[in-house]
Amino acid sequence: MCGAIELDPYKLYQEDLVNSGLLIPSGVRGVYGRSGRFEEIITRFEALVTRHAAPMKAEVVCFPPIFSRAHYCEINHIHNFPDLMGSVHSFMGKDPEHAEMIRKFEGGEDWTRDLEPSEVMMIPAACYPLYPASTGTLPEGGRLVDLQGYVFRHEPSDDPARMQIFRQREFVRLGTAGQALAHRDEWLERGKGILHSVGLPVESVVANDPFFGRGGRMAKATQREQVLKFELVIPICSEEKPTAITSCNLHLDYFGHAFDIRTADGQPAHTACIGFGLERIALALFKVHGLDPATWPVAVRKVLELGA
Amino acid sequence: MIVEQIRDIVIQHARLSSKPEELGPTSDLYTAGLTSLTTVHLMLALEDHFSVEFPDKMLSRKTFESIQSISEAISELQS
Repeated sequence: MCGAIELDPYKLYQEDLVNSGLLIPSGVRGVYGRSGRFEEIITRFEALVTRHAAPMKAEVVCFPPIFSRAHYCEINHIHNFPDLMGSVHSFMGKDPEHAEMIRKFEGGEDWTRDLEPSEVMMIPAACYPLYPASTGTLPEGGRLVDLQGYVFRHEPSDDPARMQIFRQREFVRLGTAGQALAHRDEWLERGKGILHSVGLPVESVVANDPFFGRGGRMAKATQREQVLKFELVIPICSEEKPTAITSCNLHLDYFGHAFDIRTADGQPAHTACIGFGLERIALALFKVHGLDPATWPVAVRKVLELGA
Repeated sequence: MIVEQIRDIVIQHARLSSKPEELGPTSDLYTAGLTSLTTVHLMLALEDHFSVEFPDKMLSRKTFESIQSISEAISELQS
């Protein structure tokens, strides 16, 4: 009989998910394939969100998971989250440079330094490409935009809820300060209601983004002091450290200034967003209700329209 | 003395929109153009210059809102 072994709850849940076939390991921490059963839950949850949002007639916009490096350079991501960024590099040489890179590759040397930065970066948040695409004057009453897309954050982890690449479903308001604040606060309550309706008893907490380094302490404190970010959290692998599965953010006029987005009366636009972390919501559902949706509570299956 | 040093650091790091000569000890730096990002730069420059570390309880807009409030915080940390 062995002595007691300290089991890592993150690895244990990851193993359960892999053994049940819901997640397919890739050999890279935090990067997974997903089964049809996993994807169906995301599809059903998104459809539920769409039904809740239908009366608002949000404008649907789609972006790929990469965006312009020039636009990336207009935001402060490099100052605030350098450790999370994803920069796309490629080979841009001719035959001689190619031969040299192949020599290094085959000799087991570092060939990656022969790559050069491309014109694109990985998207860190689904709404980021919307702002540079919104330069100019907003229509009277502003805009409400419905977005879904993959985002990248370089934070390899054994926590299955901390993926390097995952999807966010966002509703973004661009308009006056009052419109942005109302959007954030209304969606915080609506988001909580939607998650409660599928049996996820989330709590709303004031939060901060993981700003980098010594200077990040100030940015975290300022974000909390101004109550700019709320997260809806629920224990997935840890009761002590519940996981944020949705966040509601007020950006003030930050993007309005950065990309010259103006309200109909010429003021810098204020923006706000709610972001549902789709993989995390699915992982919370599988944790709370079990790995087989066929055994989930009838009420939850009904809300998600999971069928008989 | 310390106020003059702080004033120089503010002018160098805070990227304010107002002119340096308009900056009095009690001028509101946020009104003058201090942003969340430039507050971070200012904080780091002040910590380096005065060899202090702002504790979390001092990391608020109130601490950085004027040259005078910064000066009071630095004096407290140096005492």
